[in-house]
Amino acid sequence: MIIKRTELSWLERMYFPTLWSGLRVTARHFYDTLFRGGRVTMEYPEQRWTVPEGYRGAPYLVKDAEDRTKCVSCQLCEFVCPPKAIKITPPGPAVDPTTGNVEKRPREFEINMLRCIFCGFCQEVCPEEAIFLMKDYSLTGLSRKEMIYDKEKLLSLGGVHNDQIRKWKKKEAEAASQEAFKPE
Amino acid sequence: MQALLDILTNHREVAMSLAKIVAVLAVLLPMVAYSVLAERKLSALIQNRVGPNRVALPLIGGIPILGPFLTRLGFWQPLADGLKSFLKEDFTPAHVRKAYFWLAPALALVPAFMTMAVIPFGSFLGRERMVLADLNVGILYTFGIVSLGVYGIVLAGYAANSKYPFLGGIRSSAQLISYEIAMGMSVVPVFMLVGDLNLSKVIAYQSDGLTSWLVFKQPVAFVIFMVAAFAETNRLPFDLPESETELVGGYHTEYSSMKFALFFMGEYSNMIASSAMMVTLFLGGWTLPFFGLNATPNEDGAIWMGLAHIGIFLAKVMCLLVVFIWVRWMLPRFRYDQLMDLGWRRFIPLGLANIVVTAVILFLQAKQ
Amino acid sequence: MSTATAANTETKPPAPAVETVRVKVDGRVVDVPRTLPDWQGKPQPTTMLQACAIAGAEVPHYCYHPKLPIAGNCRMCLVEFGTPMMGPDRKPVLSEDGSPKIARSVLPYEPGTPRGAIACATPISPGMEIYPSSPATKQMREAVLESLLINHPLDCPICDQAGECKLQEYSVEHGQAESRFAEVKVHKPKQVDLGPRIMLDDERCVLCTRCIRFSRDVAQDDALGIVNRGSHNSIAAFPGRQFDNNYTLNTVDICPVGALTSKDFRFRMRVWFLKETRSVCASCATGCNILISSREESVYRYEPRQNDAVNACWMCDSGRLNYKWIGREDRLLNVRSSRSGARAWAAVVAEIAETLRSAPQGSVAVIASARQSTEELYLLKKLAAHLGALTDSVERLGEGDGFLVNADRNPNTNGARMTGICFTEVGIQIPKIAQGIRSGRIHTLIVFGEDVTRHGIDSETLSKVSTLIVSDILPNETTRRAHFLLPGCAYAEKRGTFVNAKGRLQRFLKAVEPRGEARPEWEFLQELVHQVTGENLGPGFEALFNRMAKDVPALASAGVEWGKVGDLGAPLTL
Ligand code: SF4
Ligand code: SF4
Ligand code: SF4
Ligand code: FES
Repeated sequence: MIIKRTELSWLERMYFPTLWSGLRVTARHFYDTLFRGGRVTMEYPEQRWTVPEGYRGAPYLVKDAEDRTKCVSCQLCEFVCPPKAIKITPPGPAVDPTTGNVEKRPREFEINMLRCIFCGFCQEVCPEEAIFLMKDYSLTGLSRKEMIYDKEKLLSLGGVHNDQIRKWKKKEAEAASQEAFKPE
Repeated sequence: MQALLDILTNHREVAMSLAKIVAVLAVLLPMVAYSVLAERKLSALIQNRVGPNRVALPLIGGIPILGPFLTRLGFWQPLADGLKSFLKEDFTPAHVRKAYFWLAPALALVPAFMTMAVIPFGSFLGRERMVLADLNVGILYTFGIVSLGVYGIVLAGYAANSKYPFLGGIRSSAQLISYEIAMGMSVVPVFMLVGDLNLSKVIAYQSDGLTSWLVFKQPVAFVIFMVAAFAETNRLPFDLPESETELVGGYHTEYSSMKFALFFMGEYSNMIASSAMMVTLFLGGWTLPFFGLNATPNEDGAIWMGLAHIGIFLAKVMCLLVVFIWVRWMLPRFRYDQLMDLGWRRFIPLGLANIVVTAVILFLQAKQ
Repeated sequence: MSTATAANTETKPPAPAVETVRVKVDGRVVDVPRTLPDWQGKPQPTTMLQACAIAGAEVPHYCYHPKLPIAGNCRMCLVEFGTPMMGPDRKPVLSEDGSPKIARSVLPYEPGTPRGAIACATPISPGMEIYPSSPATKQMREAVLESLLINHPLDCPICDQAGECKLQEYSVEHGQAESRFAEVKVHKPKQVDLGPRIMLDDERCVLCTRCIRFSRDVAQDDALGIVNRGSHNSIAAFPGRQFDNNYTLNTVDICPVGALTSKDFRFRMRVWFLKETRSVCASCATGCNILISSREESVYRYEPRQNDAVNACWMCDSGRLNYKWIGREDRLLNVRSSRSGARAWAAVVAEIAETLRSAPQGSVAVIASARQSTEELYLLKKLAAHLGALTDSVERLGEGDGFLVNADRNPNTNGARMTGICFTEVGIQIPKIAQGIRSGRIHTLIVFGEDVTRHGIDSETLSKVSTLIVSDILPNETTRRAHFLLPGCAYAEKRGTFVNAKGRLQRFLKAVEPRGEARPEWEFLQELVHQVTGENLGPGFEALFNRMAKDVPALASAGVEWGKVGDLGAPLTL
């Protein structure tokens, strides 16, 4: 399709209306900024932004109300993560007696925050609601290594997630209420 | 050392010239630095931003009201910028033509400084004329020198040995040549009116009150000169040689650190030189038609008068600098064909017509 | 795994001479053989499930397994079908257009409701019509699946089977998004220790009894059974018994869900990350076909790969778990010559070639290993022939179990015999070599992949050798004494072939990269042979193999070629 250019008037071809409107716009903004507080810059370290609901910041791991790691090391997030930022070391066959009826949890869980693109796929895919994109947006470190967050760091940054799932607790209670199988 | 001192004491004019050169540079360089700051601050204000407001000096920053005020103003920013230019890695890419690559930044800066030599920036201070070189052919000298400035840019484009700088260099030479003509034509009527090529004489001509300012007598010439000045200094809306969006910075793409800073300073020095030219040619130079400030002072005029004239000159230059800056944030870049069209098909004929009309009027006046 | 490959054998086109039966599957006419071999290879009437498979229609199933007796207890394979109507005269009733009328199977007391039959155990009859995708079939499947899921814990995120689980797959295809079961699920024992290698999660079990049938009928070790009743049915080892025969891990493969898990592989990696490489087990002369699962250059598990001529769908536990040495910390990583101190392959190989070129005829002996690939043995034999060297390899005997484990624990004894490295009786030359060394006749010894100090050449004799060239994977007494040490590759790190006890030539492919500076033995042997004899057997592996296939009589008579050997191997006449 050919779009016809509008014919310019003699005056317009002399650039005068352009000059005039340019001057008007710039002058108005100049005046606004100077005298009417029309400034839009937020002076970052002093002024902070209120992070809106649903913002996708850094992904962290959460614990449940019983202080148990919710993550079961299913590695779905590792699989789905587009930039391969997540690296999980599964626990292996050894049974950890300290975790009660928690069958599985990661031995190591690393997120490389330099690779993470904050897409939120990990949160979406997680079947255990164990990983959430929180509101942290300013991640800094002095080395690349420092930007690889390990399990302890992710868990302490993520904190406790107070949901109603309480999977392991409920399982334990259910099993205990059935005579066929009484966990010690 | 001794010989040098001898020359200075025995030849007063040499000593005074040296002193003036030093004084001019001492004013010019900070002006360059602060016009960069002005550019950043003004653009910030036009765009609802804050602009540089972080750099603080240890002691002065502590002074109660003044310190924070200067910091917010960005007053120390030029220091930081300068320091940064010095400290950055001076990187010379492997593929450049080394000698030219080193030469180009200097070539870009020097002509801008040299133009200042013929501009009368004041009347008299004591018995000393406030101009470095009171040449009879001042304007010709200026034109000669200004056109040298393009070599710096063309050389930079060539030396960088890569495509964007090369395109930038080519554009720059074409643009400068085109507008040099228009510019030259625009000043001819001025000198027809004044009858002399000496810039001091031009100012003397304009000292008869506001109506004698050439901007009112030759408005067309002024407009052409001003637009050409924008083009010659590669300022928006004519910054095609360096247009970041298409040429990644144009001729100085490959430059970094201090070499880049030299180009940068060259651009702003050019702006100042052009403003000074315009002030001299059209805006009455150091005169002001009030408070008797336009009386041509003589050799033993009061010192305060001489200082006031220098002040007036600087103030006029600064006003023009603000215009330069403002236009940059007001207008978008021209397309290359529009630029050429404006130069060759509008301003050159217009300049020619202006000469003819002026000549005819002068002829008729002379007849009466 | 095994059931997926089962489909392949079932879809084999029937041999032309067999008697066929004409049936219709989803309206499509197919001729299927009247009988097909059952799990023991005996001909049995073809079932609806097999007929559907031949017709290309998949019937979901849990308890059916082509290599196990049929149990028919999971009901997942229910399909709707119909048979030709018979008049009172025992003649087919015809419809108007002359085709036989079909009586769809219905519930006897409720003629409006279709009645399915389990496809895995119902033989076909002539003129039968099977409807594996009819709405009634679909509905039956959904109902069965829903009832199987009633007490299922749905802990896929934790379960090792996730990703290769039949319950997951069928739930995706036939399941419902939401559970209608509002009551509390029955909880059964989790993490039950069934035996040294097996962990059972009773909650996940769908009671298909595949594991029971396998251990009773295939492994001949009747160790498992179902205890408790109703919803509380659970698999258990008989009281006081451990489920510990040498084939227990096969039950992990055949368990369609994640109830039986391998303690070795448990919670070590999710299966969808694993790369599968076709290979052959090197733990005995049977040469079971396997898949090596690896991720990021480490091996995670071996699984049997179906090959009816060798191992059907099974392999023994000892072979399956014999992979950990590949990733051992003390692997030999660096090539070195303690003569010149050279530490680069090119320099060391050139130095060896130099030494061998100047060795007088008969002064060299070669002790190879029957754990090496045929190609490597062939190259060694070439070298030995050029140098007039005595060659032999080391015998490694254990106890055979009459099922898969062979008494000969070398995977490639027949390859060694075939290439002429050893005689039918393996190891008879070694005393001669030892004698030769002691008498000073032999002063250069080439050893590949064996610790000769434990196999007939004691360290005292070995110290008499003036040039000891050793290639191995793990350090031992011989490698410590080597003058030239050439780090080699595990078979999972290179390509090659083995010839198994029955004379079947089988390929193995590369699953992971070699560790450190190690290189495949065939690669540097090829260079060495080239430099010593001037004969270039390359370039590359395939050229080498094809050259060998022409040179070695047993291979030449079978006419094998690398590209044609195939994944199931090629039989040779030895
Ligand atoms: S937010 Fe996206 S990129 Fe970041 S860890 Fe999660 S899945 Fe990976
Ligand atoms: S998806 Fe959730 S449960 Fe699974 S590994 Fe990631 S964080 Fe853990
Ligand atoms: S443990 Fe597995 S193979 Fe055994 S009966 Fe249960 S589901 Fe079937
Ligand atoms: S597969 Fe037929 S009943 Fe289980």
